[in-house]
Amino acid sequence: MTRSSRRSFLHQASQAGLLAGVPAWALLDARQAIAQTASSKNTITAVLNPEPPTLVSFSNTAGTSVTVSSKVVEGLLEYDHDLTPRPQLAAAWKVSPDGLEYTFTLRKGVKWHDGKPFVAADAAFSILLAKRYHPRGSATFANLAAAEAVDANTLRLKLAKPAPYLLLALAAGETPILPSHRYQADTALQNPLNAAPIGTGPFRFKQWERGSHIIYERNADYWQKGKPQVATLVFRIVPDIAARLNGFQNKSFDIGDASPIPLSEVPNLGQYPFLATTSEGYEDNAVMAILEFNLEREVFQKPEVRQAIAHAVSREQIRNIAFYGYATPSVSPVSKTSFPRFHLDAKDPYPYDIDKANKLLDAAGYPRKGGGHRFEITLHANPFNEGFKRTAHYIRSALARVGVNVTVREQDPGSYIRSVYTDREFDATVSGVSTMFDPTVGLQRIYWSKSFNRQVPWSNANHYQNPEVDQLLEAAAVEVDVAKRGELFKRFQAIVIKDVPSIALVQVQSVTVYNKRVDGFNKAAAGLRGNLADLLIKGA
Amino acid sequence: MSTLPTDTDPRADPRADSAPPQRPPGRFLPAIRRTLLQAVPTVLGILVLNFVLLQMVPGDVVDVMAGEAGGATQQSMAALREQFGLVGSAADRLLAHLGHLAHLDLGISPRYNVPVAELILGRLPNTLFLVAGGLGLAIAVGVLLGAVMASWAGRLPDRLLSVLNLLLYSTPGFWIGLMLILLFSVKLGWLPANGHQSIGVNLTGSAWLLDRLQHAVLPVVTVSTFFIAVYGRLTRAAMLEVQQQDFVRTARSKGLSPPRIVLRHVLRNALMPITTLAGLHFAALFGGAAVTETVFGWPGLGRLTLEAVMTRDFNLLLGILLLSSLMVVLVNVLTDLLQLWLDPRIQSR
Repeated sequence: MTRSSRRSFLHQASQAGLLAGVPAWALLDARQAIAQTASSKNTITAVLNPEPPTLVSFSNTAGTSVTVSSKVVEGLLEYDHDLTPRPQLAAAWKVSPDGLEYTFTLRKGVKWHDGKPFVAADAAFSILLAKRYHPRGSATFANLAAAEAVDANTLRLKLAKPAPYLLLALAAGETPILPSHRYQADTALQNPLNAAPIGTGPFRFKQWERGSHIIYERNADYWQKGKPQVATLVFRIVPDIAARLNGFQNKSFDIGDASPIPLSEVPNLGQYPFLATTSEGYEDNAVMAILEFNLEREVFQKPEVRQAIAHAVSREQIRNIAFYGYATPSVSPVSKTSFPRFHLDAKDPYPYDIDKANKLLDAAGYPRKGGGHRFEITLHANPFNEGFKRTAHYIRSALARVGVNVTVREQDPGSYIRSVYTDREFDATVSGVSTMFDPTVGLQRIYWSKSFNRQVPWSNANHYQNPEVDQLLEAAAVEVDVAKRGELFKRFQAIVIKDVPSIALVQVQSVTVYNKRVDGFNKAAAGLRGNLADLLIKGA
Repeated sequence: MSTLPTDTDPRADPRADSAPPQRPPGRFLPAIRRTLLQAVPTVLGILVLNFVLLQMVPGDVVDVMAGEAGGATQQSMAALREQFGLVGSAADRLLAHLGHLAHLDLGISPRYNVPVAELILGRLPNTLFLVAGGLGLAIAVGVLLGAVMASWAGRLPDRLLSVLNLLLYSTPGFWIGLMLILLFSVKLGWLPANGHQSIGVNLTGSAWLLDRLQHAVLPVVTVSTFFIAVYGRLTRAAMLEVQQQDFVRTARSKGLSPPRIVLRHVLRNALMPITTLAGLHFAALFGGAAVTETVFGWPGLGRLTLEAVMTRDFNLLLGILLLSSLMVVLVNVLTDLLQLWLDPRIQSR
């Protein structure tokens, strides 16, 4: 070790001390580190955390399951970054004007990895399977009356009522198309292929060593000739965030999505000119951080209190403090980037204003007790993203300034879900709402009075009941005309922005970290969760 | 179980320079039988207790799966609970669970949809390797350290090693692990930082072994650090105590060389408490090396346990806990046998 590098070591180490939770070694230069994967020229190593419970995402759509599933098992469609559908296994499609009949012309000459031809019966089987087993299947396909193979290459879906979001629900990760000759509907969950998948995709399953890695190999018979160019795709399961950072720096890992390294470390990646980041490739599932109130609590039944809290919280500070800049302030719960046609560009009726917040709380009948605080609440933090926990802590300090004492509760996922949704012990919660590929699928459940359900997570935790909102959401769910549907959604947003049953805070930006030698992974809205047929190594 | 020689023992150590005395026949078998008989109610009690405790944890595996999936419907969740056998009273489910166990069936992990036994067996070799390697190294280095410290008690080597010992004892293992990665993987590039084998290459024979050993060095050392300190202190204290015994004085007066006295008389007697403790440590580490396993991406049981807790995969967790309790029993038997061998005066009671 030379003198200068020792000095830089000490310098960086002392910096590290200031960055809470990040060990000094994680910041260090990794020049001589050895690559642990046989990262030959033609292998790409991606990092995963946590380990996927299954490799086929028809019944369990935990984040990383979708990531690994879509490479082997494809979908009927994929989507541009603006969510415009484009062909995958379906070459063309037609929707009847009343929105009740969908006809898909399927690609010819596609083969399953076991050599059998892909036919329309496979697609019909898989869609019915999704309706039966997919966690959202009974909702997404609620209006589906029949799925039938007209001939070997034509699939027809018949609906009882229109489902304008249906064309967006057919991505590989959301509705995977499985080989019907290898699956029985009744025993689909126990099928051993769920851990050793067979599909039509650009990659074939080779090995899954639980707790360690998953190996996929190039499918030489892929229906897109010449793709994929990568011979081997390895998923490494790396539970430690610092180990992931270290692995990117010493070039043992090529790519990872869903913010695989501490966001606080992203700015420092500049020291590693071979690394880059992007926040593209998450358009099909905008995640909104929302402060939800338990409207069964008397204190939150007063609009002034909710308005005061809205005044007391700054979305810009949340972006900067809780998400290190990787978030976009959003007054509306409908994402502007994912749903430009539905998003209402509203001005915040309750801008950051501490004085106003104090006045509103005084007016609401909660004066400061002897110059102390006004009242106390518990704030539960969604455990699935560190940013939500940091947001909760930010809100605690922000509300302290207006005399509201907040106790933040951080729990593991099981406890959080029970305490907020089932036991309803919370006063308020910072939740992360996956708004999915359509507001009807992802957002309606948060505001619709009929989705108040103590058995189901990510439902209407507020217990918000507004007949007008119900009506607008129900109308939008079956409106075929995009412009009219947008109008309905905008009227809905105008109401909830003013009424603040919950406060939309920011849209979370996930970060993909990648080695610049890798390309072609961001060709669809699903990003790394797409089929990655175009994945390639530059110069290989 | 273990008894240190008492001051009143006038015979010095009879094993040292004469033929070992005749061992009473069947000293080992009764010990095994007794421990196994005690084990049955113990394991059963552990099973019931585990089950009851897990009932009190908020949330179940279906809640977590729905949470991870980003959404669910009441129908899909009810169907899953039905399928996973999560309906009905706790007593019914406990009976069903015990019934399955009686048929040597650990059940299916709801989250992974794979037999629990398969999941556990997949991790078992890695865990045994890590724990046995870590404790083996800790005993070897710790006893050596302790012997050196005891031999030079109060003098410079003892002082220096005591400081080192204190450092090892008080530094968290994961931090040592991170620092080892920093030094040996990042700076020097000698050893891999993550995983338990090279991925994507087919190695055989000695190349395979070398690869596995290379990956094991840092995690094994990390696991061992704390225990090196424990065994070092323990050995030092035990040896100092044994050195005061009459039989050591006798041995010295017989004119035996100091190394022989240390090895045959002092150390052998001082090993008794270490074997007891190492047995306990082995069982504790079996599912408890989660932090080291996480830092090094080592696919062991500790991580599996942690994931089972976080995801409320209680079938899996109960399976791991059962295996751990069996492991405790097994290690206790082995410890007893080892002590019988180390000290022939111990009688199986």
